[in-house]
Amino acid sequence: MVAAPADMASPVPVTARAQRFVRWLPAAVAVLVVALYVVFKNTAVLPHDDDASLFHWVNDARDWVDENRNTSPFFLFFVNYVRLGVAELFTLFQTALTALGWPGLVGVAAGLGWLAGGWRIAAVSVAAFAGIGVLGLWDASVDTLALTLSAVLLSLVIGIPIGVLAGRSPSVRRIVSPVLDVMQIMPTFSYLSPVVLLFLIGPASATIATMIYAIPPAIRITALAIERVSPTVVEASESLGATRWQTMRKVRLPMALNTITLGVNQTIAAALSMVPLVALIAAPGLGVDLIRALARVNVGAALVPGIGIVLIAIVLDRITRSAAVSRVRSRIVSWSGFAVLVVAGVALTPVLAPEFPEQWEIQIVRPINDVVNWIEGNWYGFTGFLNDTVAYGLLNPLQDVLTTAPWWLITLAVLAFAWRISGLRAGLIAAGCLVAIAALSLWEHSMETLTIVVVAAVITILAGALLGIGAARSRWFAAVLRPVLDAAQTMPSFSYLLPAVALFGNGRFTAIIASFIYAVPVVARLVEDGLRAVPGTVLEAARSAGSTDRQLLWKVQLPMARSSLLLAANQGIVMTLAMVVIGALVGAGALGYDVVAGISQQEDYGKGLVAGVALVLLGIMLDRITQGASGRLNPEKKRIA
Amino acid sequence: MNKLRLVAGVLVLGLAAAGCGGAKVDDTSGAAPSSNASAGAGTAPAGTVKMAINGWVGYEASAAVVDYLLENKLNYKVEKVNLAEEPSWQGMESGSVDVVLENWGHDDLKKKYIEEKGVAVEAGSTGNKGVIGWYVPEWMVQKYPDITDYKNLNKYADLFKTSESDGKGQLLDGDPSFVTNDEALVKNLKLDYKVVYAGSEAALIKAAQQATQQQKPLLMYFYEPQWLFNQLKLVKINLPPYTDGCDADPKKVACDYPPYDLDKIVSKKFSETGGPAYELVKNFNWTNDAQNQVADDITNNGMTPEDAAKKWVEANPTVWQAWIPQ
Repeated sequence: MVAAPADMASPVPVTARAQRFVRWLPAAVAVLVVALYVVFKNTAVLPHDDDASLFHWVNDARDWVDENRNTSPFFLFFVNYVRLGVAELFTLFQTALTALGWPGLVGVAAGLGWLAGGWRIAAVSVAAFAGIGVLGLWDASVDTLALTLSAVLLSLVIGIPIGVLAGRSPSVRRIVSPVLDVMQIMPTFSYLSPVVLLFLIGPASATIATMIYAIPPAIRITALAIERVSPTVVEASESLGATRWQTMRKVRLPMALNTITLGVNQTIAAALSMVPLVALIAAPGLGVDLIRALARVNVGAALVPGIGIVLIAIVLDRITRSAAVSRVRSRIVSWSGFAVLVVAGVALTPVLAPEFPEQWEIQIVRPINDVVNWIEGNWYGFTGFLNDTVAYGLLNPLQDVLTTAPWWLITLAVLAFAWRISGLRAGLIAAGCLVAIAALSLWEHSMETLTIVVVAAVITILAGALLGIGAARSRWFAAVLRPVLDAAQTMPSFSYLLPAVALFGNGRFTAIIASFIYAVPVVARLVEDGLRAVPGTVLEAARSAGSTDRQLLWKVQLPMARSSLLLAANQGIVMTLAMVVIGALVGAGALGYDVVAGISQQEDYGKGLVAGVALVLLGIMLDRITQGASGRLNPEKKRIA
Repeated sequence: MNKLRLVAGVLVLGLAAAGCGGAKVDDTSGAAPSSNASAGAGTAPAGTVKMAINGWVGYEASAAVVDYLLENKLNYKVEKVNLAEEPSWQGMESGSVDVVLENWGHDDLKKKYIEEKGVAVEAGSTGNKGVIGWYVPEWMVQKYPDITDYKNLNKYADLFKTSESDGKGQLLDGDPSFVTNDEALVKNLKLDYKVVYAGSEAALIKAAQQATQQQKPLLMYFYEPQWLFNQLKLVKINLPPYTDGCDADPKKVACDYPPYDLDKIVSKKFSETGGPAYELVKNFNWTNDAQNQVADDITNNGMTPEDAAKKWVEANPTVWQAWIPQ
């Protein structure tokens, strides 16, 4: 039962002939594409050229900025002030957090936890922060915390007003929403170069780069919260003679506050996921240890700061999450508890010394590395076999096709494919992105990146779907799987590169493995949720009609969960792209490598910046192709989530 | 209104923290205000030195020793900034880096940051002699004696094929940020090879070890000083000899890498206000062997950089005492 997309179905009554035509069309198009490929192979290919004039032009622009950084009014009166201001903010947080000392900071965290959610959250905060100290990560964690808090603060200060505006005015929303779409799709790697050009390296750029990534959820969720405030309440307030401002301040904002707090929660999560990346542009903190371990191929040393980031994430998440849930408790009890915990912590600082005591730290790097070395030494044949199978069996053939096919043919094929899945509009946007990539003189590298993404995404989506189906069908399996997926999801994506490098050496397959670990949890969860959402009555009906379990799955559950499955594919692909790009740090090459080289070699700057743009276009293209679920069937979804 | 209370709590704390933190921000360094960091010693440090740490262990060895001396003999606080080579120079402009302790040539950057912008100055040689080149494991030379001449490389390209090299021979390079002309060399010497980036020094070392143990063919970018040469033997490929200026245009290079006299670069500001710390950096000068010894301890003997530096400092007092400013 092939459901023809709305755009392709004719409005006149469908004759049997037309129906047959619609059914055979995709196959016919596929055959046509293959035939065209055979005929036009190796024509209209766009081989890579390091010397493209566009790259030189960007380099010249960079040189202009470098020369005029201290003379041009745009820099003197705007950019440099922004940089100084943001750097000051970071220093302020860093100074304050350092001055508290470790007992003080633990006390403050406990106090805020108590204020937000009672003794449980306070205990979690204390345990997690103590854990950070025990792992020997205290100083780096304070830097990371300072950077995260500055970026989150800026995101909220800028994001909440924009969100309020977008929530109140549909026309603002129409402008903001696609911009946010792009911000969330684009791989974080791609905007490091422009940020560094404007603000130089250092904590200021790092804070700004983090903010760019963290601001979309702040805006989106604020807009949603404001939009959802009950209109009757607003009407009541207005009829009582409240001004617009009063209504906003006394009615809308307080009523939206719970949801906005959830937005804060999401903003913090996004900010923390940038921690490893900004270490590349001289941000202090846990990311530095991660990157360093990556360069040393030291799995243990990378895992430990990864755990540190997870612990910080847990504390901030629990505090903001429980703050979003209303709870009745006496004001005096709350505040006095808060005060007691904070004062106790701060008072202990001079007693216990501000630095975390070294003798309390434990070493777990070595045991982890012992395990890794053992696997490396004993599984060598197996891992090499896997690597070669995927490289020779999947990656190389696909890459050959993509780089020898004419660019117009690939564009047409993508247009047809996206049209079929997500409609004409999405198809045109996707094809437009490809044309733009061709114009950026980065076609070949983009096709190489696309190859890795496609292979990784297929593996990830298949595995994720299997896990999701398994979890949806067996409670026992779901109970085992869930904590594993939870853990995999909270670890910073960078940590996954390391075990992958240790096992599979450097190359594209390593990037694939890392993106697999990164994206599988999300895919599996979406699939499981989609299948579970199929109403029990439907299943009952199908069963009583005599369906086997297998028929139930293929004929009822999966078709009914179509939109969740497409959403899972969409998320899987976007996440895979983000990770594959980072894989350039371990030899996965292509566009990601161009970006890395652009940051670190000045003659490659232009190419790196353009590669960042190409990555954004690639991301938009992949998103549009798989947007079917969120875009067409449920137009509300994208705007909200 | 639980959230309001939480927000208020955060604000109160923020203000209080700003109040007691603000007084300390006045030093010009702008970052890491931990002036009470060297607890135990009881005295405030003489200042903070921001030292760039580039991505190879030889650099880290030099940095560890200078760091140890600065902290323990001159009572400075050292902040290590992990960065690639070129961003480190940028850091001297933005103020996030004071010292680059092991610079490999980079004449273009010297021109830009020292001559044109005037934000950095040279601080003399480290005493280390740098070599960059292409290497193969020793067993390959025994088996294919003429492989060390670059003209014969095409003949052996098939040996070096991997899943990542597009049907050509693979030339394994390190971190994309390292000094390299390899892509231009492959092109201009008309070699049937593809440059594949391993991503880091550690990945290169691992490849060399595997190539030696398992007798796998390997052609790779590598350099001295490097502790690995004490552990296994690699043979350098003879590229067309270096002549002065043959590498002037990075796109047209068709000759070997120059011999490098590794040197130190410091920010202009640090050279003016760095005091004894700057003097120590300027005086720092040691041999490749010394560096390899410390690097070996860090990589293979499970020592932290601090411990390895301490061991070397205790064993070689006459060397470093000459660096300490009077």
